[in-house]
Amino acid sequence: MEQFDIVIIGSGPAGLAAALEIEQSGLKQIIIERENRAGGILKQCIHDGFGLHRFKKRLTGPEYAELFLKRVIEKKIPIYKNTFVTEIIEMENKSYRLTLVNSEKSLFEIEAKALILANGCRERTAKQVFIQGTRPAGVYTAGTAQYFTNILGYLPCKKCVILGSGDIGLIMARRLTLEGAKVVGVYEVKDTPSGLSRNIAQCLDDFDIPLYLSKTVTKIHGDKRVEAVTVQKVDLNLNQIPGTEEIIACDGLILSVGLVPENELAKSLGVELDTHTKGPMVNQSLMTSKEGIFSCGNALHVHDLVDFVSESAEIAAKGGIRFVQNKGEEELIHVEFDEKSFLYIVPQKINLLDIEENIHFYFRSKKVLKNVSVVIRTGDTIIFKKFYHNMKPPEMETISVNLKNVLQNKEICFELKEGVST
Amino acid sequence: MKKMICIVCPKGCEMQVDVNDGISVVTGNACIRGKEFAINEILHPMRTFQSTVKTIFPELPMIPIKTDDVVPKEYLFQIIEEIAGIEIKDKLKCGDIIIQNILGTSVNIVSTVDMYLYF
Ligand SMILES: Cc1cc2nc3c(=O)[nH]c(=O)nc-3n(C[C@H](O)[C@H](O)[C@H](O)COP(=O)(O)OP(=O)(O)OC[C@H]3O[C@@H](n4cnc5c(N)ncnc54)[C@H](O)[C@@H]3O)c2cc1C
Ligand code: SF4
Repeated sequence: MEQFDIVIIGSGPAGLAAALEIEQSGLKQIIIERENRAGGILKQCIHDGFGLHRFKKRLTGPEYAELFLKRVIEKKIPIYKNTFVTEIIEMENKSYRLTLVNSEKSLFEIEAKALILANGCRERTAKQVFIQGTRPAGVYTAGTAQYFTNILGYLPCKKCVILGSGDIGLIMARRLTLEGAKVVGVYEVKDTPSGLSRNIAQCLDDFDIPLYLSKTVTKIHGDKRVEAVTVQKVDLNLNQIPGTEEIIACDGLILSVGLVPENELAKSLGVELDTHTKGPMVNQSLMTSKEGIFSCGNALHVHDLVDFVSESAEIAAKGGIRFVQNKGEEELIHVEFDEKSFLYIVPQKINLLDIEENIHFYFRSKKVLKNVSVVIRTGDTIIFKKFYHNMKPPEMETISVNLKNVLQNKEICFELKEGVST
Repeated sequence: MKKMICIVCPKGCEMQVDVNDGISVVTGNACIRGKEFAINEILHPMRTFQSTVKTIFPELPMIPIKTDDVVPKEYLFQIIEEIAGIEIKDKLKCGDIIIQNILGTSVNIVSTVDMYLYF
């Protein structure tokens, strides 16, 4: 059985960035990818806007992925493509045994001292949103519609309604319109859009596609194929308002109702999950509750910008390298936060025995806020404060703080204070 | 007065443009690129463009393409028509030109994949 120091699961931007980091350490690694091509979701994200932070350039998804893939190929980092992980078990010696299957070798096993879960996220489907009616053909998630249009090359529908104002739905509204389909409108159950403002502007406003807030799809009509949908207004508590139903003829319903970290592998390994992010709980080196198992990218929490996906992968890779080279001790404390203000904060835990370097925190606010300060407190002392003019749940924020010699009573707490900075 | 969202970076600043005696005053932008965008947006809105084209290769039947710079916003649908019949018969690298000077804009349609990385 072949032995590896680190096995990476997933060859999206997270997996590729992790591999390049590990390569510098000389450790033995492999990437496992279930698809026939590396690059992950970026292969189908043909629009631009990637890499603005990291490369100060407006790259398309495939271009961003290739900057990493090219180096992975040059460095001869091995990737098993078309390969599925069927089982991972923890061995007595604390290493992990993976059962893999592919057409070349059929069923085979490998062993790893550390694992990096870089297996991305999945889309919420029609099953997870409550809509009446049958499930005729023509109901797609936005990512599936994107795959059909951009990879396979055919239009999934001619006239569609988009449910949910997530970024993929907005991007697809523009793409389908340019390809000749009619997008009747984007319906969002909440009273604020969930996608980035720039995507509302450049994908909807540019093409006069209406965005309806506080409205949702309540029924799908049609036997074999979607023929129409019923849309309805909702009140502030998201209850449907009777008498506001409206039937809209269309041959497609595209769902852009959110992404969830792909957490099945993590779950099967017994990794502790965060109810806020739906991904694993991690410490600052992105190690999960299972020693030697790391998580990064969209598998950890859903990112809107790929630049931070790559950054998190590098942090996880460094953590993995250190773990393999000298398993460190852990003394963990929870990162406390005000649940009324924040949707989530990653990492959820701090290892007090490893706080030499700056810690990168990733978080989202729970609602749209103006003029607020993020405050990090330990005991009665404020150790960090940053002012924000605007804070919106669709836009993940990051801060980098050094906690060395400052934590009192082994406590750290994030708070949001309203009002203009002083 | 015109309100607009800057689309240059993901921050998406909400800007306001006041034109007084032909001079545009931009507010709300967090950086200089927002101001440039706002002034252009009033004079002549420009956009980037991305799509896909067919190839003869079974390994990659479709490849993504883009314009290598911004083009006038009103050209987007015309560009889609221009590229509709294209079939790529040679292996391309990222940035290789597929159509030069599209619609006289001095902007090119280029490949956004390096096909050599895949087969
Ligand atoms: C449609 C869409 C539009 C986006 N638009 C933008 C944008 O405009 N700008 C921007 O900066 N960011 C954007 N993003 C965000 C960014 O692209 C993603 O956050 C990023 O691709 C996530 O990278 P990842 O490596 O974590 O996951 P992925 O890219 O999803 O990669 C995960 C990989 O793991 C593989 N995998 C999964 N499970 C297994 C398994 N069990 N065994 C083996 N392999 C497995 C998958 O096949 C895949 O290749 C967008 C995301 C989406 C989905
Ligand atoms: S003004 Fe600057 S910071 Fe604001 S969205 Fe535009 S480019 Fe980004």
